[in-house]
Amino acid sequence: MTTATRQQSRLTVSNVLAWGAVALSALALVTTVFNPDITALSNPTLAVAAVLLAILGVRFGLGFAHNKVGDVALGIVTALASGFLIGATSAYPGAATTGFFCLMFAAWATAWLFIERLATWKLKGNAGKLVNLIIPILFGAWILVIWQLITVGLGVPKVLLPAPADIWLRLINSVPILWADFQQTFLKAVIIGYVLGCGSGFLLAIAVDRIPFLRRGLMPVGNLVSALPIVGIAPIMVMWFGFDWPSKAAVVIIMTFFPMLVNTVSGLAASDAMQRDLMRTYASSDWQTLFKLRLPMAMPFIFNALKINSTLALIGAIVAEFFGTPIVGMGFRISTEVGRMNVDMVWAEIAVAALAGSLFYGAVALLERTVTFWHPSVRG
Amino acid sequence: MSPLSRLAAGTTLPVVTVVIAIIAIWYVAAVALNAPFQRDTYERAKQTDVPFSQLLSDTLVQKRPVLPAPHQVATEIWQTTVEKKITSKRSLVFHAWITLSTTLLGFLIGTSLGVLIAVGIVHSGVLDKSLMPWVIASQTIPILAIAPMIIVVLNAVGISGLLPKAMISTYLAFFPVTVGMVKGLRSPEIIHLDLMHTYSASRLETFFKLRLPYALPFLFTSMKIGIAASLVGAIIGELPTGAVAGLGARLLAGSYYGQTVQIWSALIMASVLAGCLVGMIGLIEKNVLKRMGMAA
Repeated sequence: MTTATRQQSRLTVSNVLAWGAVALSALALVTTVFNPDITALSNPTLAVAAVLLAILGVRFGLGFAHNKVGDVALGIVTALASGFLIGATSAYPGAATTGFFCLMFAAWATAWLFIERLATWKLKGNAGKLVNLIIPILFGAWILVIWQLITVGLGVPKVLLPAPADIWLRLINSVPILWADFQQTFLKAVIIGYVLGCGSGFLLAIAVDRIPFLRRGLMPVGNLVSALPIVGIAPIMVMWFGFDWPSKAAVVIIMTFFPMLVNTVSGLAASDAMQRDLMRTYASSDWQTLFKLRLPMAMPFIFNALKINSTLALIGAIVAEFFGTPIVGMGFRISTEVGRMNVDMVWAEIAVAALAGSLFYGAVALLERTVTFWHPSVRG
Repeated sequence: MSPLSRLAAGTTLPVVTVVIAIIAIWYVAAVALNAPFQRDTYERAKQTDVPFSQLLSDTLVQKRPVLPAPHQVATEIWQTTVEKKITSKRSLVFHAWITLSTTLLGFLIGTSLGVLIAVGIVHSGVLDKSLMPWVIASQTIPILAIAPMIIVVLNAVGISGLLPKAMISTYLAFFPVTVGMVKGLRSPEIIHLDLMHTYSASRLETFFKLRLPYALPFLFTSMKIGIAASLVGAIIGELPTGAVAGLGARLLAGSYYGQTVQIWSALIMASVLAGCLVGMIGLIEKNVLKRMGMAA
């Protein structure tokens, strides 16, 4: 396949999207949008949204302004139309019908078109990085918009799936509870367990590394244990260490220990014989070789384990709380609020957990970039 | 080289040593952890100067020990697998089967989904830029936390049985498969892709004749991770259903009633299951790659 044909096929996708948006918004103008008898023409914001989307589709489909200004206009108009749609649905919750879905899919098509166009922008340096960052953010935002439109438009019961707006409302209204849960689960159980688990795994790996017999014996066992469902140990830990955070930290320690052990041991073996010989010709001691050559070489492996563990730690702490807690903690909150059918509170807690997990992972990844700046995957 | 040192140079002897050491530590820990309760019992029974040997043997046969000894767990597993009918609710095989079926269903859906997403990402620049970051971000979210909600909510709308539990397995299994497949499908070298161009191969032909064979080793490696994760998902998924059936339910019931031997036997069973599943994928991998002429 040549580049030209590929260009053409990509343009066809865009054209289908553009004309699809036109057809759908035209359809929306002649059908009922909300039951029983609201049409797009009887509601000014809906009419504006439909007309805007249609104009946009025609403009793109006919080939006007296929440039960055046109693309930005595409994005702004899509955002405006979605805003109008969200506003209109909240006025008529649960009454959406044909016309509404036409409008929603029209907006979907233009949003896709916008991302499609954005992905073809060829920018250099920081601007390119920024666009690469914006695309996934827009994608995520668009998922939220669709979620909002569908749940409110169809009147999905809150017990099943609350709308993002409801979750947000619940989130900002219950900050103290969420903060207390976060302290209990994340700041105590996760952080302490993570540090102790990773630390002891690391230290044992250094010790094991000096005895080849132990290393050969421990590695297969460690690999096996890493694949085991260790979370299952949670009820035992709760029995041993009580309901408060130490039992959760214990689960986190055991979960994070083995990935760290296995990764560090294989990382310590990552240096070449040539490099070790060089250290020998410098007459460096074992410890010097360890600190100057083998540990730096092991860093990518160690950070791999740290990243895996950042996720495991949060999961371990939350799951351990299902087996018994004092009346605070993210896992506790999730399981009790599910029982009380307060699903929006559960989602708020999940949003906090997701944010904490992502930031934790991000922090480790950032640290990795500064420590292993020499590694090809970072340099390149 | 003497036979012993040859053994020591391989992995068999070291592994056996480590396993024996673990079991020995387990016994010592069992005695140490169970001794306080045993001393209490003696005191209550007004028994004084119990010889140490009796204390030792008593700590290893308690009904609800803090830490059951390995042979207690082994007996429990033997009793609940071989000596019970498979259809009995007390049979561990019955519970393991329920967990296994959830795991396999979730793994199957998760792997298919993972492969589909990977194919989409490799063939579409837009998906690569917009979806891939979210695939990675999805794993920083502690999804197991919402397992109870997914199950309770789906039960509320009338979807029950395997599917809700399998969905959690799916979520955990799809990620390694997607990441591995994207890497694998991109691993053919440019020179090979160029060769396909000169043959005027279509995208579909390039996919089936070049990209897919290249991706298979990656797929198997990620499937091993995926199936282990899938088992974890299935066990967690069984927790909130009110301890009805499955290994997760055994864990929960054991923790409610302080049946430590039951918890440990469920744990060991889950570990054996994980080992078998990963081993099975490894076996398939070996055979498939051999057929394709890729085995080392």
